[in-house]
Amino acid sequence: MSNYLLIESRDPFECSDVEGVCWLAGELAQTGHKVTLFFLQNGALTARAGAETTDFEPLTASGVEVLVDDFALRERGIGNAQLADGIKPASLEVIVDHLADGSKVIWH
Amino acid sequence: MKVLNVIATAYRATLEEQDDTVVWLSHAMKGAGADLDVLLRGSAVNYAVKGQDAAGLRFGDEPQTQPPQLAGDLSSLMEKGVTVYVMDDDLQARGIQRDELISGLEHISRDDVVGVLDRYDQVWHW
Amino acid sequence: MAENKTLTFALMDPPFENARSTTAFRLLDIAAKRGYNINVFAYEGAVSLPFALQEAHPNAVHGRDVEEENHPLPRKYIAALMQSAADNGGTLDWVNCGLCVDERGMGEAIEGVRRGSPADFWAFAEGSDNTLVIPTK
Repeated sequence: MSNYLLIESRDPFECSDVEGVCWLAGELAQTGHKVTLFFLQNGALTARAGAETTDFEPLTASGVEVLVDDFALRERGIGNAQLADGIKPASLEVIVDHLADGSKVIWH
Repeated sequence: MKVLNVIATAYRATLEEQDDTVVWLSHAMKGAGADLDVLLRGSAVNYAVKGQDAAGLRFGDEPQTQPPQLAGDLSSLMEKGVTVYVMDDDLQARGIQRDELISGLEHISRDDVVGVLDRYDQVWHW
Repeated sequence: MAENKTLTFALMDPPFENARSTTAFRLLDIAAKRGYNINVFAYEGAVSLPFALQEAHPNAVHGRDVEEENHPLPRKYIAALMQSAADNGGTLDWVNCGLCVDERGMGEAIEGVRRGSPADFWAFAEGSDNTLVIPTK
Protein backbone atom coordinates (compact mmCIF):
# COMPACT_ATOMS: atom_id res chain seq x y z
CA MET A 1 0.00 0.00 0.00
CA SER A 2 1.19 3.50 -0.77
CA ASN A 3 0.80 6.98 0.63
CA TYR A 4 -0.98 9.29 -1.78
CA LEU A 5 -1.18 13.06 -1.60
CA LEU A 6 -3.70 14.50 -4.04
CA ILE A 7 -3.37 18.26 -4.48
CA GLU A 8 -6.41 20.12 -5.75
CA SER A 9 -5.63 23.64 -6.91
CA ARG A 10 -8.62 24.23 -9.13
CA ASP A 11 -11.76 26.19 -8.41
CA PRO A 12 -14.55 23.68 -7.69
CA PHE A 13 -17.07 26.17 -9.07
CA GLU A 14 -15.31 26.31 -12.43
CA CYS A 15 -14.00 22.78 -12.78
CA SER A 16 -16.26 19.76 -12.57
CA ASP A 17 -13.20 17.51 -12.43
CA VAL A 18 -12.64 18.51 -8.80
CA GLU A 19 -15.40 16.07 -7.94
CA GLY A 20 -13.42 13.38 -9.78
CA VAL A 21 -10.38 14.01 -7.61
CA CYS A 22 -12.50 13.62 -4.48
CA TRP A 23 -13.85 10.38 -5.94
CA LEU A 24 -10.30 9.15 -6.61
CA ALA A 25 -9.27 9.99 -3.04
CA GLY A 26 -12.15 7.88 -1.73
CA GLU A 27 -11.36 4.99 -4.07
CA LEU A 28 -7.70 4.95 -3.08
CA ALA A 29 -8.61 5.00 0.61
CA GLN A 30 -11.10 2.18 0.19
CA THR A 31 -8.43 -0.01 -1.36
CA GLY A 32 -6.24 0.46 1.70
CA HIS A 33 -3.99 3.35 0.70
CA LYS A 34 -3.25 6.20 3.07
CA VAL A 35 -4.67 9.27 1.35
CA THR A 36 -4.39 12.99 1.96
CA LEU A 37 -6.40 15.46 -0.10
CA PHE A 38 -4.90 18.96 0.00
CA PHE A 39 -6.80 21.96 -1.33
CA LEU A 40 -4.90 25.08 -2.26
CA GLN A 41 -5.25 28.22 -4.39
CA ASN A 42 -8.90 28.48 -5.51
CA GLY A 43 -9.40 24.91 -4.40
CA ALA A 44 -9.71 26.49 -0.96
CA LEU A 45 -13.09 27.90 -1.98
CA THR A 46 -14.51 24.47 -1.35
CA ALA A 47 -13.66 24.73 2.34
CA ARG A 48 -16.45 26.96 3.71
CA ALA A 49 -19.11 25.06 5.59
CA GLY A 50 -21.85 26.52 3.38
CA ALA A 51 -20.13 25.88 0.06
CA GLU A 52 -22.28 23.93 -2.38
CA THR A 53 -19.52 21.56 -3.33
CA THR A 54 -18.26 18.26 -2.04
CA ASP A 55 -19.64 16.65 1.07
CA PHE A 56 -16.42 15.71 2.82
CA GLU A 57 -17.94 13.52 5.51
CA PRO A 58 -17.92 10.32 3.42
CA LEU A 59 -14.31 11.02 2.50
CA THR A 60 -13.12 11.58 6.03
CA ALA A 61 -15.19 8.60 7.16
CA SER A 62 -13.28 6.46 4.69
CA GLY A 63 -10.01 7.64 6.20
CA VAL A 64 -9.02 10.44 3.82
CA GLU A 65 -7.33 13.35 5.55
CA VAL A 66 -8.69 16.56 4.03
CA LEU A 67 -6.46 19.61 4.39
CA VAL A 68 -6.58 23.15 3.06
CA ASP A 69 -3.71 25.59 2.68
CA ASP A 70 -3.79 27.99 5.61
CA PHE A 71 -2.41 30.82 3.47
CA ALA A 72 -5.08 30.27 0.78
CA LEU A 73 -7.72 30.48 3.52
CA ARG A 74 -6.27 33.68 4.95
CA GLU A 75 -5.86 35.15 1.45
CA ARG A 76 -9.57 34.56 0.81
CA GLY A 77 -10.79 35.75 4.21
CA ILE A 78 -11.94 32.31 5.32
CA GLY A 79 -11.56 31.83 9.05
CA ASN A 80 -10.98 28.45 10.66
CA ALA A 81 -14.39 28.67 12.32
CA GLN A 82 -16.02 28.78 8.89
CA LEU A 83 -14.54 25.52 7.67
CA ALA A 84 -16.73 22.58 6.73
CA ASP A 85 -16.63 19.58 9.00
CA GLY A 86 -13.71 17.32 8.32
CA ILE A 87 -11.46 19.97 6.73
CA LYS A 88 -8.36 21.08 8.59
CA PRO A 89 -6.06 24.02 7.83
CA ALA A 90 -2.47 23.06 7.08
CA SER A 91 0.82 24.49 5.97
CA LEU A 92 2.47 23.70 2.64
CA GLU A 93 5.13 22.04 4.78
CA VAL A 94 2.81 19.01 4.61
CA ILE A 95 3.34 18.78 0.85
CA VAL A 96 7.12 18.95 1.18
CA ASP A 97 6.92 16.32 3.95
CA HIS A 98 5.03 14.00 1.63
CA LEU A 99 7.51 14.59 -1.18
CA ALA A 100 10.45 13.93 1.12
CA ASP A 101 8.83 10.77 2.45
CA GLY A 102 8.24 9.35 -1.03
CA SER A 103 4.46 9.61 -1.20
CA LYS A 104 2.85 9.59 -4.62
CA VAL A 105 2.09 13.30 -4.93
CA ILE A 106 -0.31 14.18 -7.74
CA TRP A 107 -1.17 17.75 -8.64
CA HIS A 108 -4.55 18.64 -10.10
CA MET B 1 11.66 3.98 -11.59
CA LYS B 2 8.45 3.72 -13.59
CA VAL B 3 6.40 6.84 -14.24
CA LEU B 4 2.88 7.38 -15.54
CA ASN B 5 2.37 10.62 -17.44
CA VAL B 6 -1.30 11.53 -17.15
CA ILE B 7 -2.40 13.93 -19.88
CA ALA B 8 -5.70 15.71 -19.32
CA THR B 9 -5.35 19.13 -20.90
CA ALA B 10 -6.08 19.01 -24.60
CA TYR B 11 -5.16 21.20 -27.55
CA ARG B 12 -3.15 23.66 -25.47
CA ALA B 13 -1.00 25.57 -27.98
CA THR B 14 -0.76 22.49 -30.19
CA LEU B 15 -0.74 24.62 -33.35
CA GLU B 16 2.06 26.83 -32.06
CA GLU B 17 4.08 23.89 -30.78
CA GLN B 18 3.18 21.52 -33.64
CA ASP B 19 2.53 18.81 -31.08
CA ASP B 20 1.18 18.27 -27.60
CA THR B 21 4.04 19.31 -25.37
CA VAL B 22 3.60 16.45 -22.92
CA VAL B 23 3.33 13.81 -25.64
CA TRP B 24 6.49 15.38 -27.09
CA LEU B 25 8.17 15.35 -23.68
CA SER B 26 7.24 11.68 -23.28
CA HIS B 27 8.92 10.93 -26.62
CA ALA B 28 12.03 12.86 -25.62
CA MET B 29 12.27 11.25 -22.18
CA LYS B 30 11.71 7.79 -23.63
CA GLY B 31 14.59 8.52 -25.95
CA ALA B 32 16.67 9.41 -22.90
CA GLY B 33 15.97 6.03 -21.34
CA ALA B 34 12.89 6.80 -19.28
CA ASP B 35 10.56 4.01 -18.25
CA LEU B 36 7.19 5.63 -18.68
CA ASP B 37 3.68 5.14 -19.92
CA VAL B 38 0.89 7.58 -20.76
CA LEU B 39 -2.71 7.84 -19.63
CA LEU B 40 -5.09 9.98 -21.66
CA ARG B 41 -8.00 11.28 -19.63
CA GLY B 42 -10.39 14.21 -19.77
CA SER B 43 -10.55 15.90 -23.13
CA ALA B 44 -7.09 14.60 -24.03
CA VAL B 45 -8.80 11.30 -24.96
CA ASN B 46 -9.64 13.06 -28.21
CA TYR B 47 -5.95 12.89 -29.14
CA ALA B 48 -6.51 9.23 -30.02
CA VAL B 49 -9.14 10.01 -32.64
CA LYS B 50 -8.20 9.23 -36.23
CA GLY B 51 -8.73 11.86 -38.89
CA GLN B 52 -7.75 14.93 -36.88
CA ASP B 53 -6.76 17.61 -39.38
CA ALA B 54 -5.38 20.95 -38.28
CA ALA B 55 -3.81 21.80 -41.64
CA GLY B 56 -4.28 24.91 -43.68
CA LEU B 57 -3.94 27.79 -41.27
CA ARG B 58 -2.35 30.94 -42.64
CA PHE B 59 -1.81 34.25 -40.88
CA GLY B 60 -1.41 36.94 -43.49
CA ASP B 61 1.24 35.53 -45.80
CA GLU B 62 2.61 33.24 -43.11
CA PRO B 63 1.42 29.63 -43.41
CA GLN B 64 1.46 27.06 -40.63
CA THR B 65 3.09 24.30 -42.66
CA GLN B 66 3.51 21.58 -40.02
CA PRO B 67 0.26 21.07 -38.15
CA PRO B 68 0.28 18.68 -35.20
CA GLN B 69 -0.18 14.97 -35.85
CA LEU B 70 -1.46 14.07 -32.42
CA ALA B 71 -2.80 10.59 -33.13
CA GLY B 72 0.32 9.76 -35.14
CA ASP B 73 2.53 10.95 -32.28
CA LEU B 74 0.69 8.57 -29.95
CA SER B 75 1.07 5.69 -32.40
CA SER B 76 4.81 6.28 -32.69
CA LEU B 77 5.06 6.48 -28.90
CA MET B 78 3.42 3.06 -28.67
CA GLU B 79 5.86 1.77 -31.29
CA LYS B 80 8.64 2.75 -28.87
CA GLY B 81 7.14 0.46 -26.24
CA VAL B 82 5.11 3.01 -24.31
CA THR B 83 1.69 1.84 -23.17
CA VAL B 84 -0.97 4.44 -23.91
CA TYR B 85 -4.03 4.04 -21.71
CA VAL B 86 -7.27 5.79 -22.56
CA MET B 87 -10.20 6.34 -20.20
CA ASP B 88 -13.34 4.81 -21.65
CA ASP B 89 -15.57 6.90 -19.38
CA ASP B 90 -14.11 10.08 -20.85
CA LEU B 91 -14.52 8.75 -24.39
CA GLN B 92 -18.14 7.90 -23.67
CA ALA B 93 -18.85 11.28 -22.12
CA ARG B 94 -17.66 12.92 -25.32
CA GLY B 95 -19.56 10.58 -27.63
CA ILE B 96 -16.38 9.09 -29.08
CA GLN B 97 -16.76 5.58 -30.46
CA ARG B 98 -13.97 3.00 -30.34
CA ASP B 99 -13.93 2.67 -34.13
CA GLU B 100 -12.90 6.33 -34.34
CA LEU B 101 -9.67 5.61 -32.51
CA ILE B 102 -6.17 4.56 -33.50
CA SER B 103 -5.21 0.98 -32.71
CA GLY B 104 -2.98 -0.25 -29.91
CA LEU B 105 -4.54 1.71 -27.04
CA GLU B 106 -5.17 0.09 -23.70
CA HIS B 107 -8.72 0.92 -22.66
CA ILE B 108 -9.44 1.34 -18.98
CA SER B 109 -12.52 2.37 -17.03
CA ARG B 110 -12.84 4.54 -13.96
CA ASP B 111 -12.91 1.38 -11.87
CA ASP B 112 -9.45 0.43 -13.17
CA VAL B 113 -7.75 3.72 -12.29
CA VAL B 114 -6.56 2.81 -8.81
CA GLY B 115 -5.04 -0.42 -10.08
CA VAL B 116 -3.23 1.43 -12.87
CA LEU B 117 -1.84 4.09 -10.51
CA ASP B 118 -0.56 1.34 -8.23
CA ARG B 119 1.66 0.00 -11.02
CA TYR B 120 3.82 3.13 -11.09
CA ASP B 121 6.38 4.58 -8.70
CA GLN B 122 5.38 8.12 -9.57
CA VAL B 123 2.34 9.65 -11.24
CA TRP B 124 2.84 12.95 -13.05
CA HIS B 125 -0.44 14.65 -13.83
CA TRP B 126 0.14 17.24 -16.56
CA MET C 1 21.82 19.25 10.32
CA ALA C 2 19.10 19.04 7.74
CA GLU C 3 18.30 15.74 6.15
CA ASN C 4 19.80 15.79 2.70
CA LYS C 5 16.77 15.02 0.57
CA THR C 6 16.62 15.73 -3.14
CA LEU C 7 13.40 16.91 -4.74
CA THR C 8 12.61 17.73 -8.35
CA PHE C 9 9.93 20.14 -9.51
CA ALA C 10 8.69 20.52 -13.07
CA LEU C 11 7.10 23.91 -13.71
CA MET C 12 5.21 25.04 -16.79
CA ASP C 13 3.55 28.37 -16.14
CA PRO C 14 4.94 31.72 -17.26
CA PRO C 15 5.22 34.46 -14.64
CA PHE C 16 2.35 36.79 -13.76
CA GLU C 17 -0.33 34.43 -15.08
CA ASN C 18 -1.31 31.91 -12.44
CA ALA C 19 -1.26 31.24 -8.70
CA ARG C 20 0.59 28.02 -9.47
CA SER C 21 3.83 30.01 -9.82
CA THR C 22 3.40 31.49 -6.35
CA THR C 23 2.65 28.07 -4.90
CA ALA C 24 5.72 26.65 -6.60
CA PHE C 25 7.89 29.39 -5.08
CA ARG C 26 6.39 28.69 -1.65
CA LEU C 27 7.23 25.00 -1.95
CA LEU C 28 10.74 25.78 -3.16
CA ASP C 29 11.18 28.16 -0.23
CA ILE C 30 10.29 25.45 2.28
CA ALA C 31 12.60 22.92 0.63
CA ALA C 32 15.43 25.48 0.47
CA LYS C 33 15.06 26.34 4.16
CA ARG C 34 15.30 22.63 4.96
CA GLY C 35 18.63 22.47 3.15
CA TYR C 36 17.33 20.09 0.53
CA ASN C 37 18.90 19.68 -2.85
CA ILE C 38 16.32 21.05 -5.26
CA ASN C 39 16.08 20.55 -8.98
CA VAL C 40 13.78 22.60 -11.16
CA PHE C 41 12.98 21.74 -14.74
CA ALA C 42 11.32 24.77 -16.29
CA TYR C 43 9.27 23.70 -19.28
CA GLU C 44 7.38 25.84 -21.76
CA GLY C 45 6.32 29.20 -20.28
CA ALA C 46 8.16 28.61 -17.04
CA VAL C 47 11.46 29.37 -18.77
CA SER C 48 10.40 33.03 -18.49
CA LEU C 49 10.48 32.88 -14.69
CA PRO C 50 14.25 33.54 -14.43
CA PHE C 51 14.36 35.93 -17.42
CA ALA C 52 17.03 38.46 -16.55
CA LEU C 53 15.39 41.50 -18.16
CA GLN C 54 12.28 41.55 -15.95
CA GLU C 55 11.93 45.06 -14.56
CA ALA C 56 9.84 46.54 -11.80
CA HIS C 57 7.55 49.47 -12.55
CA PRO C 58 5.70 52.19 -10.68
CA ASN C 59 1.95 51.86 -10.24
CA ALA C 60 -0.13 55.00 -10.65
CA VAL C 61 -3.31 53.26 -9.55
CA HIS C 62 -1.66 52.38 -6.27
CA GLY C 63 -0.12 55.87 -6.10
CA ARG C 64 3.35 54.39 -5.61
CA ASP C 65 6.64 55.02 -7.37
CA VAL C 66 8.83 52.18 -8.52
CA GLU C 67 10.60 51.78 -5.18
CA GLU C 68 7.46 51.97 -3.08
CA GLU C 69 5.62 49.57 -5.37
CA ASN C 70 8.50 47.07 -5.20
CA HIS C 71 6.82 44.97 -7.87
CA PRO C 72 7.49 41.24 -7.53
CA LEU C 73 9.99 39.90 -10.03
CA PRO C 74 10.27 36.12 -10.30
CA ARG C 75 13.94 36.42 -11.29
CA LYS C 76 14.64 38.00 -7.89
CA TYR C 77 12.67 35.31 -6.07
CA ILE C 78 14.64 32.60 -7.88
CA ALA C 79 17.97 34.25 -7.05
CA ALA C 80 16.89 34.53 -3.41
CA LEU C 81 15.81 30.89 -3.34
CA MET C 82 19.18 29.84 -4.76
CA GLN C 83 20.86 31.84 -2.02
CA SER C 84 18.58 30.39 0.65
CA ALA C 85 19.30 26.85 -0.50
CA ALA C 86 23.04 27.53 -0.37
CA ASP C 87 22.81 29.24 3.04
CA ASN C 88 21.06 26.17 4.43
CA GLY C 89 23.49 23.66 3.00
CA GLY C 90 21.48 22.64 -0.04
CA THR C 91 21.38 23.52 -3.71
CA LEU C 92 18.92 24.83 -6.26
CA ASP C 93 19.76 23.60 -9.74
CA TRP C 94 17.47 25.33 -12.24
CA VAL C 95 17.36 23.99 -15.80
CA ASN C 96 15.45 25.81 -18.50
CA CYS C 97 14.22 23.68 -21.41
CA GLY C 98 16.46 24.96 -24.20
CA LEU C 99 13.99 24.64 -27.06
CA CYS C 100 11.36 26.43 -24.97
CA VAL C 101 13.88 29.24 -24.38
CA ASP C 102 14.59 29.56 -28.10
CA GLU C 103 10.89 29.70 -29.05
CA ARG C 104 10.33 32.53 -26.62
CA GLY C 105 13.58 34.45 -27.00
CA MET C 106 14.23 33.99 -23.28
CA GLY C 107 17.96 33.34 -23.59
CA GLU C 108 18.98 35.94 -21.03
CA ALA C 109 18.44 34.17 -17.73
CA ILE C 110 19.84 35.11 -14.34
CA GLU C 111 23.12 33.64 -13.16
CA GLY C 112 22.86 30.05 -12.01
CA VAL C 113 20.20 29.02 -14.52
CA ARG C 114 21.37 26.57 -17.13
CA ARG C 115 20.02 25.27 -20.40
CA GLY C 116 18.93 21.66 -20.73
CA SER C 117 16.53 19.13 -22.22
CA PRO C 118 13.97 16.50 -21.22
CA ALA C 119 16.92 14.17 -20.66
CA ASP C 120 17.98 16.45 -17.79
CA PHE C 121 14.47 16.25 -16.36
CA TRP C 122 14.55 12.47 -16.43
CA ALA C 123 18.02 12.46 -14.84
CA PHE C 124 16.74 14.84 -12.15
CA ALA C 125 13.76 12.59 -11.44
CA GLU C 126 15.83 9.43 -11.31
CA GLY C 127 18.27 11.02 -8.88
CA SER C 128 15.60 12.46 -6.57
CA ASP C 129 13.62 11.21 -3.63
CA ASN C 130 10.52 12.50 -5.37
CA THR C 131 9.24 14.67 -8.20
CA LEU C 132 6.30 17.03 -8.34
CA VAL C 133 4.92 18.12 -11.69
CA ILE C 134 2.99 21.40 -11.50
CA PRO C 135 1.34 21.56 -14.90
CA THR C 136 -0.19 24.50 -16.72
CA LYS C 137 -3.76 24.44 -18.01
